[in-house]
Amino acid sequence: MNPKSSIPWQGITLSLVAVGLVVLALGGYLTPLSRVALSPLVAAQTWVSGRVQAIQVYLTGPRDVAQLTQENAALEAELAHLRTQVIELQQQLGEYRILSALLDFARAYPEYQYVGASVIGKDPSPFLKYIHINRGSDDGLRRGMPVVTQQGLVGRVAQVTASAALVQLITDPSATVNVRLEPSRAEASLSGSITADITLDMIPQDITVEPGDLVLTSGLGGNFPPNILIGQVTGVRSQDYDLFQSASMQPVVDFTNLEIVLVITNFQPIDLSPLIPTPSAP
Amino acid sequence: MLPTLLALPIFAFLVILQSTIISNVPLLHGYADIVLLVIIAWALQERVQSAWQWGILGGFMVGFVSAMNFAIPMVIYTSITALALIIRRRIWQIPILAMFVVTLVGTLFSHSLSALVISIGGTDLPWLDTLQLITLPSLFLNILLAAPVYAIVRDFANWLHPEEIQI
Repeated sequence: MNPKSSIPWQGITLSLVAVGLVVLALGGYLTPLSRVALSPLVAAQTWVSGRVQAIQVYLTGPRDVAQLTQENAALEAELAHLRTQVIELQQQLGEYRILSALLDFARAYPEYQYVGASVIGKDPSPFLKYIHINRGSDDGLRRGMPVVTQQGLVGRVAQVTASAALVQLITDPSATVNVRLEPSRAEASLSGSITADITLDMIPQDITVEPGDLVLTSGLGGNFPPNILIGQVTGVRSQDYDLFQSASMQPVVDFTNLEIVLVITNFQPIDLSPLIPTPSAP
Repeated sequence: MLPTLLALPIFAFLVILQSTIISNVPLLHGYADIVLLVIIAWALQERVQSAWQWGILGGFMVGFVSAMNFAIPMVIYTSITALALIIRRRIWQIPILAMFVVTLVGTLFSHSLSALVISIGGTDLPWLDTLQLITLPSLFLNILLAAPVYAIVRDFANWLHPEEIQI
């Protein structure tokens, strides 16, 4: 029996070395050594990895380019489609806002019946301020019916066909509307011009009119229903030797951007011409 | 017969163009008259035989959509057609010059007659404002468009009436 051979010196030594290395590593004493040992390894691995990736890109590249081109085309088509949708939705939103405002107007004047119409053109002559709308006698429109927007008075129907109508704007040189000024409650006569400017005439001299006064239809003459807003007085011209005052006004309706209008269909204009005496009448 | 038949859709298109686009692009308060320009350019083409038909049809179409008395556009456009035909015989060697001359005279005649009719109807028109704010800007736009309209109508007329080649 040999007692020396029974002791596993080799195992104990290796264990001690291992424990020592672990202790040294935990203490951070092996860091410079590991850095020196790992640096070439990391460099070699980086180099190999870079070459492998380059080869991979080279092998799979053409297929990806074709695929990306296809995807790009599809995305561009989708983008164009979405842009078209955005434009359509913006248009619909604009129309919705106008219609909503028109609905508010219709609720404010529940005694009238309305037919909505789109403005489809203007008169070809620069001397006349008329618009074409896409509703006609088939929709119940008749000559003389008042036309409004959510802001106020636009004009009245001048000519009607089956599916369209011609509307004379209050800015037309031959248009005349009897109006009332608020708060003075003075009666006046509104007339248009070739430049689409609106003036108020026949304001009595004893009435005080100031810029900012509201102008509404008076209903006199039977051509328009009363109390529809037209605009505001912007300036007054008064001379002592004149019989009447006159004033300029700013309409509330933007006549250059009319898109949708309402025609009041249950208002029948009154024809006063038979009551007006003529020189030949007895 | 074919040029007269073609005039119907052409003037329908032109009247829509005038009513929807050109009327919305004013200079001051005047705008171009595309129907007038096309009628003049057509009447000035050498081989065209249907100038009167185009003038009458143009007047009819404009009279149909305008609030102006129906006869007024008819009188205006047929008179301008007559003027263009007279000018064509006089200065036939420089047709583009004739185009400018007839456009100038035609625009002034058209606006004068329209203003006169409106005045007779009882509307007070300030003549100086009418000239400055409507007639002169419209004249400028018509002169500006005269050359391109003439070129397009000439090409169309040449396509419709090709020159006969002697063999």
